Amino acid sequence: MAELQLKSHRFRNEREASWRRLDSLMTKVERQSVDSLTDDQLLEIPVLYRSAMSSLSVARSISLDQAATTYLENLCLRAYLFVYGVRSTPLERLARFFREDWPRAVRSIWRETLLAALLFALGAVAAFLLTSQDPDWFYSVMPSGASQGRDPATSTEALRATLYHDDGTSGLSGFAAFLFTNNAQVAILAFALGFAFGLPTALLMIYNGLGVGALMALFVSRGLGLELAGWLMIHGVTEIFAIALAGGAGFRIGRAILAPGDRPRVEAAAEAGRTAALAMAGVVVMLMCAGLLEGFGRQLITLDAARFAIAGATAVIWGLYFYLPRRSTP
Amino acid sequence: MSVLDGPRRADERALITPEGVDLRVRVAGPGERLSALMIDVGLIVAIMIVGLLLCFGAGWVMGFRNGEFLMVILLIGGFLLRNAWFIAFELTPYAATPGKRATGLRVAARNGGRLSAGAILARNGMRELELFLPLTMVLGGGGEGVDGWMYLFGVVWAAVFALFPLFNRDHLRIGDLVAGTWVVHAPKVTLLRDMVDDQPVLAAEYAFTQAQLDAYGVKELHVLEDVLRKADRKIMAAVATRIRGKIACTAGEYELDRSFLQAYYTALRGRLETRMLLGRRKRDKFDRD
Repeated sequence: MAELQLKSHRFRNEREASWRRLDSLMTKVERQSVDSLTDDQLLEIPVLYRSAMSSLSVARSISLDQAATTYLENLCLRAYLFVYGVRSTPLERLARFFREDWPRAVRSIWRETLLAALLFALGAVAAFLLTSQDPDWFYSVMPSGASQGRDPATSTEALRATLYHDDGTSGLSGFAAFLFTNNAQVAILAFALGFAFGLPTALLMIYNGLGVGALMALFVSRGLGLELAGWLMIHGVTEIFAIALAGGAGFRIGRAILAPGDRPRVEAAAEAGRTAALAMAGVVVMLMCAGLLEGFGRQLITLDAARFAIAGATAVIWGLYFYLPRRSTP
Repeated sequence: MSVLDGPRRADERALITPEGVDLRVRVAGPGERLSALMIDVGLIVAIMIVGLLLCFGAGWVMGFRNGEFLMVILLIGGFLLRNAWFIAFELTPYAATPGKRATGLRVAARNGGRLSAGAILARNGMRELELFLPLTMVLGGGGEGVDGWMYLFGVVWAAVFALFPLFNRDHLRIGDLVAGTWVVHAPKVTLLRDMVDDQPVLAAEYAFTQAQLDAYGVKELHVLEDVLRKADRKIMAAVATRIRGKIACTAGEYELDRSFLQAYYTALRGRLETRMLLGRRKRDKFDRD
């Protein structure tokens, strides 16, 4: 019998216990979570993983035991996906995101953000000039229904009223939630559309600018320009900044696909995508702030000076937070 | 490398880990991806319906006075279900949504490195372009002021993104492309017993000659392994007859097919493994020196 003992059989008998140990740990992690493991078990995994990897290499070169090789391939893949998977606890990740990842991602797309902001401004200026010359342009620029009773047919008094008592103070949180979800969805779309070489993103930026420009022209023509600016800017600083960032994130992807530089296109796109997505996740947070400012702040604060003060403060805070040079922690 | 010349499947891809081992993963096909998505969408819709009913019930109990609070819950909840569902599940160590889990799929980094949170965010942000945009285009039916040609253009344009996975080798969707990820098969496989362990008789009873053991290769060995594992009497009899014919070995009077096959399996494996150690892997019976 002894001479019939196959090497591959002996190999399996010797290693099987450690494979099964790794298997049971993996099963536990997959069923529940990392927290279900003790510290010792957590430390054990990389060691078992490496030993399983070496078992796989050996099995492939000496063993024809199909069951063992298939099992090891699968076990190694599962362990690999865990060992090289997304790590760190959600709380750590969140802290790191706000402290480091987000500002860095935003800084790295500053050129694209500038381009998006310029396009937005272009749309706004164009609509402003057009509507100032001929108020009829207002109707072609504004999507129907978006003006909510603010159009050239409205009297100046009624226009003034829309700036200071929107819909009363009821329904504020619902309004804020609606604004947030709606804007966030548009921002995510602007980001995703960047894949089509950034072209639709550019259109979306200009289109968003148009509305602001047309509204501005209408109110300026009635001598309400400053008041409207306060009404818009209290949340607009945050919101327009966020939209420009979303557009910038989209452009970043479009640029990587159009001009990948000396790297393969797919690789460049993947790297751009990961950076841009980090910036995007933050955009959603900014839009949440903007939604709150628009839904609550604007309705409750009706003093122009206070509105401008808040607008200025948000501009300074976001600007410093993103662009203030800082030492990077390792 | 001799290791890699075994039977390769069409959907098998090299995935080199940082340790330098090729894990040879199987990428998920478009059909499996679609069914995983359907399960997720089904779950999301089910949760939405239950949530709506609960909110409606709560509103009814409260007499529809505090409707605003419920509206906030519905809006935010809908937003989270649409955007955060996939992200939250893929950020767990298992890196798969319930739909993927049910179909045995997982997300992995295409370059074999670590899967980053940024990658998960990117691949799911793109979903807006691939799933929801085409859906709204098709369901929206154009809306007023949009003529037929524009509508057709829109649908075709959106379809290009939605059908992207069908037209590339690894069935990547745009989100995968932009995030540098792919979706691979990683179902749980249990360790089956080594068929050598089953040997009921002394293999020494059969002194197979070298010529007899050189009749088959690795492919046939694995088929034989499967036959032994299934242990179907009829199949074993047929296979045993074939092998006896091929290696010119007559059956003993009381010889069991199973014992014969097991002895031959052990001997063949020993022979092939020895030769493999010396650098010669005999792929199948047609693989002559």
